[in-house]
Amino acid sequence: MIHSLFLVNASGDIFLEKHWKSVVSRSVCDYFFEAQERATEPENVPPVIPTPHHYLISVLRHRIYFVAVIQSEVPPLFVIEFLHRVVDTFQDYFGVCTEAAIKDNVVVVYELLEEMLDNGFPLATESNILKELIKPPTILRTMVNTITGLTNVGEQLPTGQLSVVPWRRTGVKYTNNEAYFDVVEEIDAIIDKSGSTITAEIQGVIDACVKLTGMPDLTLSFMNPRLLDDVSFHPCVRFKRWEAERILSFIPPDGNFRLLSYHVSSQNLVAIPVYVKHNITFREGSSQGRFDLTLGPKQTMGKAVESVLVSSQLPRGVLNANLNPSQGTYTFDPVTKLLSWDVGKINPQKLPSLKGTMSLQAGASKPDENPTINIQFKIQQMAISGLKVNRLDMYGEKYKPFKGIKYMTKAGKFQVRT
Amino acid sequence: MTDSKYFTTTKKGEIFELKAELNSDKKEKKKEAVKKVIASMTVGKDVSALFPDVVNCMQTDNLELKKLVYLYLMNYAKSQPDMAIMAVNTFVKDCEDPNPLIRALAVRTMGCIRVDKITEYLCEPLRKCLKDEDPYVRKTAAVCVAKLHDINAQLVEDQGFLDTLKDLISDSNPMVVANAVAALSEIAESHPNSNLLDLNPQTINKLLTALNECTEWGQIFILDCLANYTPRDDRESQSICERVTPRLSHANSAVVLSAVKVLMKFMEMLPKDLDYYGTLLKKLAPPLVTLLSAEPELQYVALRNINLIVQRRPEILKHEMKVFFVKYNDPIYVKLEKLDIMIRLASQANIAQVLAELKEYATEVDVDFVRKAVRAIGRCAIKVEQSAERCVSTLLDLIQTKVNYVVQEAIVVIKDIFRKYPNKYESVIATLCENLDSLDEPEARAAMIWIVGEYAERIDNADELLESFLEGFHDESTQVQLQLLTAIVKLFLKKPTETQELVQQVLSLATQDSDNPDLRDRGYIYWRLLSTDPVAAKEVVLAEKPLISEETDLIEPTLLEELICHIGTLASVYHKPPSAFVEGSRGVQHKRLPGSAGSGESVDSPDPASAAGVTEAPPAVIPSQGDLLGDLLNLDLTPPTATGPPPAPSSGMQLGAMDLLGGGLDSLLGGDIGGSAAMGAGFGAAPAAMPASFNAPVSGGLDDLFDLGGSVGMPMGAYSPPKTVWLPAMKAKGLEISGTFARRAGVIQMEMTLTNKAMSVMTDFAIQFNRNSFGLAPAGPLQVLTPLSPNQSIEVSLPLSTVGPVMKMEPLTNLQVAVKNNIDVFYFSCQYPISMLFVEDGKMERQVFLATWKDIPNDNESQFQIKDCHLNSDAASNKLQGSNVFTIAKRTVEGQDMLYQSTKLTNGIWVLAELRVQAGNPNYTVSLKCRAPEVSQCVFQSYEAMLKN
Repeated sequence: MIHSLFLVNASGDIFLEKHWKSVVSRSVCDYFFEAQERATEPENVPPVIPTPHHYLISVLRHRIYFVAVIQSEVPPLFVIEFLHRVVDTFQDYFGVCTEAAIKDNVVVVYELLEEMLDNGFPLATESNILKELIKPPTILRTMVNTITGLTNVGEQLPTGQLSVVPWRRTGVKYTNNEAYFDVVEEIDAIIDKSGSTITAEIQGVIDACVKLTGMPDLTLSFMNPRLLDDVSFHPCVRFKRWEAERILSFIPPDGNFRLLSYHVSSQNLVAIPVYVKHNITFREGSSQGRFDLTLGPKQTMGKAVESVLVSSQLPRGVLNANLNPSQGTYTFDPVTKLLSWDVGKINPQKLPSLKGTMSLQAGASKPDENPTINIQFKIQQMAISGLKVNRLDMYGEKYKPFKGIKYMTKAGKFQVRT
Repeated sequence: MTDSKYFTTTKKGEIFELKAELNSDKKEKKKEAVKKVIASMTVGKDVSALFPDVVNCMQTDNLELKKLVYLYLMNYAKSQPDMAIMAVNTFVKDCEDPNPLIRALAVRTMGCIRVDKITEYLCEPLRKCLKDEDPYVRKTAAVCVAKLHDINAQLVEDQGFLDTLKDLISDSNPMVVANAVAALSEIAESHPNSNLLDLNPQTINKLLTALNECTEWGQIFILDCLANYTPRDDRESQSICERVTPRLSHANSAVVLSAVKVLMKFMEMLPKDLDYYGTLLKKLAPPLVTLLSAEPELQYVALRNINLIVQRRPEILKHEMKVFFVKYNDPIYVKLEKLDIMIRLASQANIAQVLAELKEYATEVDVDFVRKAVRAIGRCAIKVEQSAERCVSTLLDLIQTKVNYVVQEAIVVIKDIFRKYPNKYESVIATLCENLDSLDEPEARAAMIWIVGEYAERIDNADELLESFLEGFHDESTQVQLQLLTAIVKLFLKKPTETQELVQQVLSLATQDSDNPDLRDRGYIYWRLLSTDPVAAKEVVLAEKPLISEETDLIEPTLLEELICHIGTLASVYHKPPSAFVEGSRGVQHKRLPGSAGSGESVDSPDPASAAGVTEAPPAVIPSQGDLLGDLLNLDLTPPTATGPPPAPSSGMQLGAMDLLGGGLDSLLGGDIGGSAAMGAGFGAAPAAMPASFNAPVSGGLDDLFDLGGSVGMPMGAYSPPKTVWLPAMKAKGLEISGTFARRAGVIQMEMTLTNKAMSVMTDFAIQFNRNSFGLAPAGPLQVLTPLSPNQSIEVSLPLSTVGPVMKMEPLTNLQVAVKNNIDVFYFSCQYPISMLFVEDGKMERQVFLATWKDIPNDNESQFQIKDCHLNSDAASNKLQGSNVFTIAKRTVEGQDMLYQSTKLTNGIWVLAELRVQAGNPNYTVSLKCRAPEVSQCVFQSYEAMLKN
């Protein structure tokens, strides 16, 4: 199981270590640093690194490497999932997961890590349970604790630990009972030169914020559940009910949680909300290149495409770019060769465009790679797959809660080849 | 007010200051001080000097302070063992605390203090906690057993904690079950043969129930444990699969992958025509696809596993090609894996898409990735013949880009395409030759030289091209030198007139001026060939080359099977057997996929030949580089097959083969090598490597001769089959047992030949039978009076009784035997001919026979054909009588003799038979009627054996 954990920052310093079994010398991280040096980009460090006596499994989140040390055969996904859980917990507790935040709360971090693993076996990883065991630090609580001498460690056995609904704490009380659900879809796509779709798929999630008194039992049904190809549920969802009736039935955890993630695959036809017209050319023998890009909406069901950001890694031979945006601002970093254009909202009447010239190194041959264009955007009030929630009902409690459902579509890895 | 204040160091004597604070009377100050200590500890400062002061703070009601002190203790107890003892009392007291949280915390912390002296005090509190009324304490205690085992394994065994842990598998609380399984699995890893997790249908059922209710991590432990179970039949397998499939929808990807492992393994047992099988296949694809939309680290592990799954069952993901298309900002490790899977999934249906993608990738920035993409195009050409032409033109386009490394990779793969499709694409050679000068990598140079040599007759200036390489001969790498030598010899054989000078030059360079023995040797061989027999030289050098295989980088099948059993583990990420690299797992058991329903018997079959007989031919593979002839045929350009690491099972097979020839070698090599599973697997992998004659053990043949000699003396005696090897020496540390059964004077005899093929003397033999269908049991002890010295054989006859315990076996006449000697206990199973059980008083009265025949329902009648039997009815009747099959009546109808016969088994079952014999027709018909129709098949088999012998 998981032996030790090292947190390494971008400059290669270990700033926290935790051992769940015997102490492993931090020199084991030298193998990690070697791999880090070899990698061209920070994210290219391989996730599993063998060393003579241990294996290092790492994830990179918020520019911090979480490096787990293991000694025996352990499923690597188990370790990676656990590390993600650690990151999520830190973020949940401290608002951000940065080196500064971790150092500021080092004792809480230590208490948390101790509570999350025992001898390398996961112990309590549910945020609801952890919060009962170790109260998240708030300025108010720190003050109160200092004055009264109270602690931020719970005295009681976390109630959920052993119940049939381990994810929910008991005795929840709210004056305003509310349940909000966000359907968020990310569209991943590769569009080829000519504008036709090579592959497109949708990753969707339903994130919930449920603040309901007592032990509510919720059901949520869709207008078109058959759209969903593959679903992964929060443990609270009753699988049998979904299999039989395609209804989500669950006793929710308290607070924020991800109810469901789903996948609409390339087998189904996926609507592409934007199109790009581009003309990026370099001529042989000339030190100039032409750059011409126009964006337009497509299949958006009348909703506006907002927060559009276009970025592209231009070839190494490009020295500078002299461009003229019809709206928004653009930047070009001559060192990294990264062009990014903050477009904003697309107005269908007046399509945004970016035109101009690129200067190349004099005398150099024309670059042979074609830059790929990366597009980010958001569309409010629409799920691009067409998924629609039919109704949300609550059983088991008498009061009437506020209910709300929001839809949003975002670009995931949306790439246009040129 | 953040914790960072704990890091601010004071001017001088930080430790001293902390010490004062720790001993302060004020609770608050104490706590702050402990926090400072912990903070220093986390950043690796040595604060062990404060040990006594911190331990003094342990006796407190403040839970946070207690936890902090515990944290400190865990870190430093090892370095201060004597001081750590001071803490023991508090632990013991805390284990009795009314608050379960404190009990659990105490038992948890105690286990983490890795000090031998303390562990002794731990046992009593731990025993109590394992039986605690609160499940939270029990589940914590279960993990504590694993911790203790890590520190002192002997203690855990002596105290009986392992049994308590096993009992916890039946606990009512799912979390306790999950933790018990996790702890047992971890302990079992360091004791591979301890059989700690004894899985039977009852425990499996309990695990499956707990699976639904425990936490995500518990589900992983339970699924990984389930994967070690081998279901009894396809029905059980299906029911487990049905209960595991909901796990595919779990949000935790590790749960999903563990579920995939269980399903992939148990699926092997399902009949392929079952509807459920198809349903299951369909259910596996979406979760695998979804894994690919997760974070890159998860994707990487998923892709490595998908690579295995695709090789084992390509049908699962054959329609999902697009999800493997590479995004330009994927991390490089994800890109390379995706590319590999794309090629595995490439087929005629999707090749156009794949090629377009690959061409796109070949213009990317990352050099490694581009190279692999170019290579992939070549692999597609070789794999999908219809696409070869398109691939070649794509490669030519890429060569036109003149990007140096792209050109070099392209030339390397074009060489392979030439090999695969000779005389089809040679028109492109001219284009290739234009790029000769830009090649600076040995592999590309060698490939180009090979092409020039191979097609020397079509390249006008081949001699000039090769000559240009010859100038810097000594600066070239060995690969290029060897290739150049061969190419020039080929050129000479094709155009002898103009190139005599060139060939002499290269031969002298290779033989006289080179230090490389390979190069020299090859030079001399060519030289001698050319000078003695140019015709032979032509035959050797220009011989037809073996085809190259379509699939490359395939994992060897037995290794693949093993890896499928290890999906989701490190082994699956590295594509190496677990025994190859995980430290501390001594003698890992090889896992194999279970056989599918109805495909042959178990691998324990005593006759290795039968195991070899059912295997399929392995896919054709390029002869390895070690092949001398292949070497001369200029195969030294590494073919695209990068053969994986040598699989362990096949080496097991080689040893096995040696053993059959030489005998006794394995005892030198440390006994049981790989066991029967590895043996069977070995046969499955490469039957061609083992000539058929080795399959039948040599000694078995000799025994047959002896046996024949024995039976000559009593022509009318009961039929007794020849001896066969029941227990091969390699499975029993050198003891080989072959044997047969005979019935003599109404007594069943088990006749065995024991041969000692080990190096040491064997003594103290004893034998026992498992319960069997007819209650066979030894009537006396096994009489081996003298010790059996090495290479000695002894004949033993063991009288059997039929009064032993009865249990129906499958097949009916199966007998499981345990033989013990001074070395070990060995188990084997054999089958006895049912005719041994035919008793002497089996002759029925005619009237009774008639009545019984009518009485037995027709459903119980079964009819069989005996072919190629050349006895007349009287001779047959005589022969059968010798084995206690009595002919009661004989009728002749239209030249057909009908013999009515009766037989009685030791347990009183009557078998009635009608044997029809037609003069001149070698085929007999037997109709059997019996109240216990199960025996009919066995009786028929012994009829056939008796008549034909």
